[in-house]
Amino acid sequence: MTEQTADGLMLAADGKPLKQSLNRALRRQKLRAFLLIAPLLIFVLVTFIAPIGDMLFRSVENDIVADTLPRTVAALADWSPDSGAPPGEPVYRALASDLLIAVAAKTHTQLGTRLNYEDSGFSSLLRGTGRDVDDMGEDVGKALVAVDPVWDEPVTWTNLLGDPAWISAQADWAKAGDKTPEPPFVPSAAAQKNLPLTAAAYGDFARVMQTVKEDSPTEKRPWNTVAVSLTEDLKANPSAAAAFGADWQPRLSAVVAAEQGGAIPAADFMAAFTESDKAWGTPQPWEVIKTFSPRFTSGYFLNAVDLKMTPEGIAPRSEAERVYLMLFLRTMVLSLVITGTCILLGYPVAWLLANLPARTANLLMILVLLPFWTSLLVRTSAWKVLLQQQGVINDLLVWAGLVADNNRLVLINNQTGTIIAMTHILLPFMILPLYSVMKTIPPSYLRAAKSLGATDWTAFWRVYFPQSVPGIGAGSILVFILAIGYYITPELVGGAKGVFISNRIAYHIGTSLNWGLAAALGSLLLVVVLVLYWVYDRIVGIDNVKLG
Amino acid sequence: MTLKSLLSATALAMLPLGASAAFAEDLPPCDNCSDSMVLMSWGGAYQASQVAAYAEPYSKLTGVKITWDEGSNEAIAKMRAASEAGNMTYSLVDVEGPDSQRACDEGLAEEIDFDKDLAAAPDGTAASKDFGSAIINECFVPQIVFSTTFGYRTDVKEWNGKVPDNLCAIFDLENFPGMRALEKRPKKNLEWALLCDGVPKEELYTVLSSEGGVDRALAKLDTIKDQVVWWSAGAETPQLLADGEVVMGSTYNGRLFSAIVEQKQPIGMLWDWQVFDFDGWVVPKGLDEAQKNRVLHFLNFATDTQRLADQAKYISYGPARASSQPLVSTHATLGIEMAPYMPTNPANQKNYLVNNIEWWADNQDEVEVAFQNWLSK
Repeated sequence: MTEQTADGLMLAADGKPLKQSLNRALRRQKLRAFLLIAPLLIFVLVTFIAPIGDMLFRSVENDIVADTLPRTVAALADWSPDSGAPPGEPVYRALASDLLIAVAAKTHTQLGTRLNYEDSGFSSLLRGTGRDVDDMGEDVGKALVAVDPVWDEPVTWTNLLGDPAWISAQADWAKAGDKTPEPPFVPSAAAQKNLPLTAAAYGDFARVMQTVKEDSPTEKRPWNTVAVSLTEDLKANPSAAAAFGADWQPRLSAVVAAEQGGAIPAADFMAAFTESDKAWGTPQPWEVIKTFSPRFTSGYFLNAVDLKMTPEGIAPRSEAERVYLMLFLRTMVLSLVITGTCILLGYPVAWLLANLPARTANLLMILVLLPFWTSLLVRTSAWKVLLQQQGVINDLLVWAGLVADNNRLVLINNQTGTIIAMTHILLPFMILPLYSVMKTIPPSYLRAAKSLGATDWTAFWRVYFPQSVPGIGAGSILVFILAIGYYITPELVGGAKGVFISNRIAYHIGTSLNWGLAAALGSLLLVVVLVLYWVYDRIVGIDNVKLG
Repeated sequence: MTLKSLLSATALAMLPLGASAAFAEDLPPCDNCSDSMVLMSWGGAYQASQVAAYAEPYSKLTGVKITWDEGSNEAIAKMRAASEAGNMTYSLVDVEGPDSQRACDEGLAEEIDFDKDLAAAPDGTAASKDFGSAIINECFVPQIVFSTTFGYRTDVKEWNGKVPDNLCAIFDLENFPGMRALEKRPKKNLEWALLCDGVPKEELYTVLSSEGGVDRALAKLDTIKDQVVWWSAGAETPQLLADGEVVMGSTYNGRLFSAIVEQKQPIGMLWDWQVFDFDGWVVPKGLDEAQKNRVLHFLNFATDTQRLADQAKYISYGPARASSQPLVSTHATLGIEMAPYMPTNPANQKNYLVNNIEWWADNQDEVEVAFQNWLSK
């Protein structure tokens, strides 16, 4: 069948080196194996890994501040909270511009919710100021109209600032009827050069009108910030009027003259914000915005371990604000206790299952599996009926005279309740791996040990038990990992002191909607599990674990 | 399931002959409307009352297929998830007042033009006026007023014939010994604790906002802490009361109504300082045009004066429209007068509270942590 070449290479029947054709065959086999598992792999990636990855990403993602308040964040770059004073007028101006856009898109309340996680009160601060921001700078707008009523006409602004090509395109569009969307506003080069602030402010206004409000800028009077920008542009560059057509020169000159004559007040956004809410006059809200302006934040993770981010750095939370570390610890301790009780209760049952005659063992197996097939909620509620103070167990104890009627045992709505109910629910996960391992231990070993003079205990402890350890290992891992993620059972029977960290995660996902914090807590839980798994592997060795 | 179909069957049986024809005339045509809707509600007796009072009649009149999702417990989370996935699968969502505020804040709910979208009262009063203070934000279409209040067992020997007649009996372990059931949430509990600590109603939120205000409320709760069973689902308190596990406890008034009237348990009801809350609809953002038209058409029908009054035949929650109040009659199957069991009955609302939604929106997160911290001590 095979031949050997002169240099000792084995050749296959087709004359190619054996090693090569063997490799090819193996590669084909590997590919086939991969194709077989590919559907599962894709399924797991799409439905499991990707959503989990997305969720975990939320624990650091923090785009909302920079996206909603871009101008404010940029303006705050120069301000330091150490100064102890609120920032200057340009920052207030920037915030007014940002808020006008945010209010139109209704994103200011979302931002309020986000910042409220860090500083209670932000939610209503932004909601309240959002209501007032339209009127800020109103005195300037009114003064402008007083100088010349033409400034009250929306078209004045589009004609002054719009690109001539856009103006004619817009006119054509208006004539054709509004079936298609209006052509997006384009500022003229002259406006951008000579009235830069105004062109930018009006550009924002026109974009918001066209995209968010689906309104034409030719029909809406611009925000007061545009009027304020115009007066400032003209103050900085009184000769700007020269760049515009003959129609505009007297109008713009009149504004310059009115400004110089003191008929147009200087805008005071700081006063307007402080009037809306006096909190804006303090450094506090600015500190929060500045601290949480980066696009990625460690804030959620810090919160998840009872720390907080302050302008001075990371600081521990006060005694009354700490809750998560304690819950992590409690989750670990209770899960270990539950794993322990599962071993204690499950070991003898698994031994019986493995050693009784088949008929009895099968019956016993059904008894083990039956609760496994019953709804989790039903089993948990059944424990309530059994364990409560007027429940079956207490009634029996009182009837038997073991417990006084006015001193019934408190078995539920505390940690005892959680341990009892969860041990029961997780017991099959301990019994089944134990059983499958014990089934493979030949009974003859025990007999041999005894015939060599070992007592029952020695035979068990020195011969049988070491062989069943892989089953304990597998069962413990299953039970422990399931236990630390449980939340329905602790919520129902755990009362105040028997709830787990998962209950807080569920609360933040479903009720408080702080998904960032929930993701951070979840990530930490995942890390804890992986670390414990690693430790376990180092101590017991994962190869010693048998699931069946 | 059976209860639901039973209730809807009774509802239809009760419609006067020819009534549906009359409705059909009243019901304006719906142009460019989808022929199915997915409504999210609370399940149980409450959803059954909605089915019987307006969903079933509406389907009957228009042939629209209505599917129910019993997910209101986590409505905002579900709406947010659907919205982020870019596929809003719910047409109309039933939420409590504070949740509607959140849906609105998060940009998940459409704003409602009350006078345009909703039916006026029979006497022509505009909807916005008829709903009045029940309109708590621009996204929320109120349906009912419910209250959280206390039930107590009427057969406690240790009380020597005394019966709690005011809220502060909760904190009175001397005269009213026994376990109490309270919700495992700070909201309402803090307000009640301060009221019984001598804070007048008007100053509640000033005190809570002040330094140490929350601690003061928690300190008052501390006096009964080891006598409290904490509940997280509204069904728990009636069960605990029925089992004799607690002697008094807070829950929604409709739950107590079922326990007392339908299940005939020895339970009494304490209306003192009941906390009012509204429940109603929000229209999710991101619906396609036909779906949105259908939803608005349904909303107009389902929240008119008669329909809201009809709902009170099936559940003891008060209609949110002023014009529906006089139409509240007797229970659909038990035949008893419903007015005495309504939280809005004048005799029941001598003392009442309405949660300050804005305060809670601001302080919920911080107070919740303080409360959990306190609970675990």
